[in-house]
Order: sequence, then structure tokens, then C-alpha cells
Amino acid sequence: MLFEDPVLASRFLTLMTLTFHIIYATIGVGVPLFIMIAHWIGIRKNDEHYIIMARRWSRGYMVTVAVGVVTGTIIGLQLSLLWPNFMEIAGQIIALPLFMETFAFFFEAIFLGIYAYTWDRFDNQRKHFLLLIPVAIGGGMSAFFITIVNSFMNTPTGFEMVDGALVHANPIAAMFNPAMPTKVSHVVATAYMTAAFLLASITAFKLLKGSRHVYYKKALYLTMKIGLIFSIASAIIGDFSGKLLAEYQPEKLAAAEWHFETEGEAPLVMYGFLDKNQEVHYAIKVPYMLSILAHSNPTAEVIGLNEFKPEETPPLIVHYFFDSMVTIGMFLLVLSLIYWMGIRRHWAFVRSTFFRWLIVLSGPLAFLAMEFGWWLAEVGRQPWILRGIMTVEEAATSSDYVNVMIVLFALLYIVLGVGTVVVLRRIFKNNPIEVELKGNDSP
Amino acid sequence: MSLEILGITVLWTFLFGYVIIGSIDYGAGFFNAYSIITGKQHILSRIIQQYLSPVWEITNVFFVFFFVGIVGFFPQTAYYIGTIFLVPGSIGLILLAIRGSYYAFETYSSRGHKGYAFMYGLTGLLIPASLSTVLAISEGGFVYLTNGSPVLDYAALFTSPLSWSIVVLSIVAVLYISAVFLTWYANQTGDVEATNLMRKYALIWALPLIITAGGIVYELSFHNPEHYERIVNLWWMFAVSFLLWILTVWFIWNRKNYGTAVWLLIGQFMFAFYAYGISHYPYILYPILTIHEGFTNRAMAISLVVVFILGFALLLPSLYLVFKLFLFNKEYVQGKYKK
Ligand code: HDD
Ligand code: HEM
Ligand code: HEM
Repeated sequence: MLFEDPVLASRFLTLMTLTFHIIYATIGVGVPLFIMIAHWIGIRKNDEHYIIMARRWSRGYMVTVAVGVVTGTIIGLQLSLLWPNFMEIAGQIIALPLFMETFAFFFEAIFLGIYAYTWDRFDNQRKHFLLLIPVAIGGGMSAFFITIVNSFMNTPTGFEMVDGALVHANPIAAMFNPAMPTKVSHVVATAYMTAAFLLASITAFKLLKGSRHVYYKKALYLTMKIGLIFSIASAIIGDFSGKLLAEYQPEKLAAAEWHFETEGEAPLVMYGFLDKNQEVHYAIKVPYMLSILAHSNPTAEVIGLNEFKPEETPPLIVHYFFDSMVTIGMFLLVLSLIYWMGIRRHWAFVRSTFFRWLIVLSGPLAFLAMEFGWWLAEVGRQPWILRGIMTVEEAATSSDYVNVMIVLFALLYIVLGVGTVVVLRRIFKNNPIEVELKGNDSP
Repeated sequence: MSLEILGITVLWTFLFGYVIIGSIDYGAGFFNAYSIITGKQHILSRIIQQYLSPVWEITNVFFVFFFVGIVGFFPQTAYYIGTIFLVPGSIGLILLAIRGSYYAFETYSSRGHKGYAFMYGLTGLLIPASLSTVLAISEGGFVYLTNGSPVLDYAALFTSPLSWSIVVLSIVAVLYISAVFLTWYANQTGDVEATNLMRKYALIWALPLIITAGGIVYELSFHNPEHYERIVNLWWMFAVSFLLWILTVWFIWNRKNYGTAVWLLIGQFMFAFYAYGISHYPYILYPILTIHEGFTNRAMAISLVVVFILGFALLLPSLYLVFKLFLFNKEYVQGKYKK
């Protein structure tokens, strides 16, 4: 069938599950912040529109969370099923944040359940609003803890390996590994950024479809403004991530940049393609830029791929992942900046059909950027599962049935993906904003 | 108490929690589907939706907690169980996913789809069946070491009377636990028709429960005499469990104190569950893996315990809030609030 080799099959199944889960997980981390902000503005300004905004967003959010929970449960158990050797080692040293994460889930699940089923219970909206804070914190903490585990896989610390056995384990040191600060903050910032553009893109779509309600204009301005803030944050933190790679995972950076010879004054190579002799063609080269990205110094030396054994270098495709992520990130930053300035200075074209279509595009693009980022991080770690310590080959299950499971899970994700779209459309179609506002505008 | 005993006790307790609240959920799904077939849907669906919808994600976390916790406290189980549990585990996961998405797709969009409701009901029986195979596997005799890596003997597993009795018990237990709980809950809502229906189901499943449970002990006497002997030594715990079962059935039969009946039922399962757990000690997987060999290092164990205590301190008040708002709130239970 698809994959004879259980290692390849396990890699593919992991890729599939994580790529799918992260769509929902990002919404799970990002959207509560926006529900919270809208709800809060609504209370402060006593503006019914924002309260309804929070309520509508939270209704859609309930659906995506449910799928996030089931796919998360899948990946959680699948890690043990597909990578038993890895989990045996990882369990001894990095189980702590995984364990903490379950409490974050508990916390989020409990308060989300309460929030969703108590809209009509509180006379005072503020009390209901308070329930959201633990939801947002719980979602953020889940991202925080799981990303710690992932950063540990990239820069493992806090233990020693003696004759294949793990000794002197220090779980706290393992949690605070070198990649942790940049990785966690980049993931959280980009989750908020992605959620902002997701909501903006839905709103812009509604405006294009002829809704003229001021509700949408408020929503669009709010989400684009926050999107701008988190785009800037993501770009800055992304730059720090690059510097961290230069120091701790130079092979990943070199592969992402197609940087073969160790040299100073290194240029940044964008796009292009490679021929058989590893010559780069049709690429844009920005002089000194790689040295600046890696070490904040235009003449600094950047380690090239040729320093590493061929079997320990990551696939060169990560170059495209990196370029796409950064391009999308820059595009979204500029787009939201122009929109924000345009609204403040009354530029007419930011309300034009063309510009609104660009905003519609921003949501899917943000999700793409996020996927590219993860593929860069994960494929760029190959062949290691625990960098420098264990390869994917050594970690994988020996079971022969993984390829059958790939088919089953692929079918499941199709059902879940299509189901989400159908259900979300049905919820909002049957209950358009104009109707919902009429019920509430008259006090 | 040594750290490994503490660890396994915590995990076993969470697994017990999952067995109880998960069973209520699974059984309810089955009764819901069954009532659609028999045209009695109007009686049960409202009750089922009202109780289950706010809490299903919490139920799921109990499961996640268990498998994350076991990797933390006993990393070697990740290796053994991970390698052999791929197929039943994956099937269980897919069923869980269908089930979880049901809530999202049906509850929040408020339009019933019969096919989905049937799938949902069916998963309620199949999930316990597929997950409970891990208990059969843990009794030993189905796993061989080839070149040092464990292999599951599917033929032996699928032809063993022991594994089938465990599967049957898990299904019967789900139906019984769920029926007893929903009898009480329906009674709370003041819905006489639903109460009577659930009471009938509870009584139907009471006897099969004890018969299958007894059957497993009997099977064990051939399959794993060592474990059987330890069970016999703990006879008094099983006896207490049996007494509690009689009392539960007695209350339900006499249509009184449904609330007490639920607590007695929990007590009954608690005694049986812990007695089984204690008699399983020290093995996680007969005869390959014990909790002593599989245990993690000291530093990790201590930090996990500390995190557990802190996390639990956070959890208890929040769970209390949920119970107060949904389970023990008369007005909510009687459906006085809009969704
Ligand atoms: C909306 C999503 C998004 C956007 C616009 C960006 N990133 Fe990103 N990036 C991610 C989403 C992401 C991510 C999904 O969150 C990753 C994957 C793993 C990780 O730690 O974060 C990531 C990883 C990642 C890594 C690899 C880290 C590692 O492997 O350890 C680098 C070097 C950057 N990013 C750099 C950037 C730069 C310079 C950007 C400039 C605009 C940028 N990212 C925009
Ligand atoms: C959620 C966002 C993530 C995405 C989209 C993602 C994506 C991927 C991809 C594409 C691979 C396959 C790499 C290859 O085989 O070439 C992979 C592998 C893997 N990832 Fe991630 N990853 C994510 C987060 C994580 C996190 C947070 C962890 C750890 C807790 C993790 C653990 C693993 C493991 C164990 C593998 C298998 C070993 C390997 O192939 O390196 N991933 N992931
Ligand atoms: C190997 C990687 C991962 C594993 C093992 C994993 C595990 C899980 C599990 C078990 C759940 C369900 C919890 C429940 O029952 O409530 C879940 C949900 C969730 N995960 Fe993941 N996860 C991974 C990657 C990620 C990443 C990278 C993020 C964030 C960037 C993330 C954020 C979340 C969030 C916020 C939820 C809550 C559900 C939601 O709000 O959608 N996860 N995850």
C-alpha cells in the first residue's frame, strides 16, 4: 500500500494529524482573546453590537473547539502509538509540561462549558464575561505547554545519556530549554494574529456580500487593528527565532536558506530553484541579509550546510516553507497597516471591493503561513526526533498496520473538515446578524 | 507509600472517574439512539442533551489525563502498550472522534440527523469495547517478544473467552451505570415517563452485570491463575461490592431514593475497580512489566506529584462550580433556562 516502511508511514500520519489539529488549535488559542475583547468593549461602551459580536464568535468557537478536542486527543495518544521509543525517553524527561497541559485542558473545558450554557443566567453581563478569562488562559496555557515539549525536541537539555540510558534528569531544566522563549512566544503571537485575520476575513466577506450593517464595520476595524499589532510582534519574534536557530540548530537555518558554504557577509536567498549540482537559479539575493538575520551583523559568519554529514541534513524543501511563511507574514503586516491608516485618514480605497477581497484572502493566508511555519520547524528537524540524540528511524513503531490507519484517519479528517464548514455555515445562515440585532435593539 | 504506588493510585483513580462519567455518557448515547428506533425519542433526548452537552469535554479530559499521566509516571508503558495497542487504540480514537464531533455538529446546529444519532449510539458501545481490550491484553498471554520488541497475537486475543467476557462486561457496565444515573436525573427533572423508562433499563441490565463480572473471574482462574489467586485473597472487597449492588437494585426496584442508589452504584464499582487494581499489582503487563521496573526517575516523579497537587487544587473548585450550575441546579435541570 501507500507506505511499506512503518517509519515513513508514521511520519506521514503524524504530519497529517498535526497539520489538521493545528488549524483548530490555533483557533482555540486565538479566538477567545477576541471574544473577550469584544465582550469587554461592549460592556464598557454599553454597545449591544459588541456583545452580539462576542456571542456570535463564541457560537462558532464552540464548534471548532470540539473538533480541536477530538483531534488533540488523537494526536496525544498517537504520539505513544507511533513513536513508542521516543515517548519512552521523552516520558522520563519532558512529561512534566505534557502533564501540566492536561490541567490547562481541564480548566478551559470546564469554563467553556459554563460560558456557553449560561448566557441567560446572569443579570449582570460582567459576571458572565469573567468566565471567559479562564477560557482564554486555558487555551494559551495549552499552547504554552505543548510548545515547550516541541522546543525540547529541537534543543534538548536537562539530562545526560549514558549507554543509551537517561540519567541526571532535571525536568525543570528540560522545560526551560534554549528554544523555549522564542518558540512559545512566536506560536502564541501567530495564533492571535491568525485568529485576527480569520475573523477579519469572514467580516469582509459579509460586507462584500452586501451587508451594510455598521456592526460589520466595527468588527472589521477591531480585528484588523489587533491583527496589525500581532503581525508586528510575530515578525519581531520570528527574527529572534532565526537568531536562535543560527546558534542552536544551524543546519535547519542553512537548509531553509540554501546556504551551503560557511561564510561572512552572507546574502539572503529568496525563492528560486536548485539544479542537480545544488546551484541556485532565479533566486532573489538580498546582500548581507542572512548575516543580519542570523547574528544582527552584516559581516558575521553563518555556518553552511556543507559542514554537516549528508545524512544529518534536513530536506531542502524547507526553503520554500520558510520563504512562504515570511512572505505571507510581511504581506499581512502591510495589508493591515494600510487598512488601519486608511480608516484613520479616510482613504476611500480601503473600502473598495478590491481591498476587501484582499482582506478575505488574509484569513486563509494566515493559516497557510502557520502551517508553513510548522512544516519548517518539524521537517527542518529531520532526521532527528530529538535533535542530536534520537532519529525518527529509531523512534518509530515496528507495527505493520500504520498504513491502514493512514487511510482511516484521512477519511475521518475529511468528514470532520467538511462537517465543520457545513455546520458553521448553517449556524450563521439561519441566524443572520440583522435578525439577531432586531431582537435585541428594542430594550 | 512509595512514589510508584502513589502514581498508580492517582492514575487508577482518574481512570475510575472516566469509567463512571464516561459510562453515563456512552450509555446515554445508546439509549438515545435506541429510543429513536422505537419512536420514544421525545422522552429521552431533552434529558440527555441537557445533562451531557455542557460536560462532554470534561469527560474527555479524564481520558487524556490518564494516558498522559501513564506516560509520565511509567514511561515504559508507552513503549509496550504503544507498540501493541496501535490497531485497537486507533479504532477507539476514531470512534471517540465521531462521538465528540456529534456534540459539535448536532447540538450547536440544532437539527437532528438520524444517521449521525445512530453512529453516536453505536460508538457508545464500541468505544468501551475497543478500549477495554487493553485490560485483556494486560492479563498477559497475548504478547510475545520477538527480537526484543513486543508483538500482539491477534488470533489469540480474538479467540480468547477472557477477552470477550471483558468486552461484554464493559458494555453491560456502561448500560447499567448509565441507566441508574439517568433514572435519578430524569426523576430530578420531574419527568415521570422518562424516569420509568430508565428505571426499566436499569433493572434489565442489573443481573447481566453480575453474571459477566463473575464470568471474568472464572475465566481468569484458567488464564492467569496468579492473578486469580490474588483476587480470591481480596474476596471481602468484592463481597462489599456485591452487597452494594443488591442495595442499589433494591432502591430502584422500590422506586425510592434514586439519589442514594447512584451513590451506592458508585461505591459498588469503586470497590470492584480498586480490588481489581490491587490484585493486578505489581504488574502493569503480565508478566513483562511491573510498576517498579517501568517507573520513571525520582526527579520526574516528584515534580509530577507536585504538579498534580497544585493542579488538583485548581480543579476541585472549578468542578464544584460545574456541579452547582448544571447537575444540582434545580432550575437548570428542569429546563428553565434557554441555551
Ligand atoms: C501566521 C503565522 C506565521 C507568520 C506570519 C510567521 N511565522 Fe514564523 N512560524 C510560525 C508561524 C508564523 C509558527 C507556526 O508558529 C512556527 C512553527 C514552529 C514555531 O515555533 O513557530 C514558526 C516558526 C518559525 C521559525 C522556525 C523556528 C524553529 O524551527 O525553531 C522561524 C525562524 C520563523 N518562524 C521566523 C519567522 C519570520 C522571520 C517571520 C516574518 C514575518 C515569520 N516567522 C512569520
Ligand atoms: C501543531 C503544529 C505542528 C505541526 C503542523 C507539526 C508538523 C509536523 C510535521 C510536518 C512532521 C513530519 C516531519 C517529517 O517527518 O518530515 C512532524 C513530525 C513530528 N512532530 Fe510535529 N508539528 C507540530 C507540532 C508538534 C509538537 C507541539 C510536537 C511535540 C509535542 C510535535 C511532535 C512531533 C513528532 C514526535 C514528530 C514525528 C517525528 C518526526 O518526523 O520528526 N509536533 N510534525
Ligand atoms: C504534538 C502536539 C500536540 C498534542 C499531543 C496535543 C494534544 C492535545 C489534546 C490531547 C487535546 C484535547 C484536550 C481535551 O481533551 O480538551 C488538544 C487540544 C488543544 N490543543 Fe493540542 N496538541 C498538540 C499540538 C498543539 C499545538 C501546537 C497547539 C497550539 C499552538 C495546541 C493547542 C491546543 C488547544 C488550544 C487545544 C484545546 C482545544 C481547542 O481549544 O481547540 N495543540 N491538544
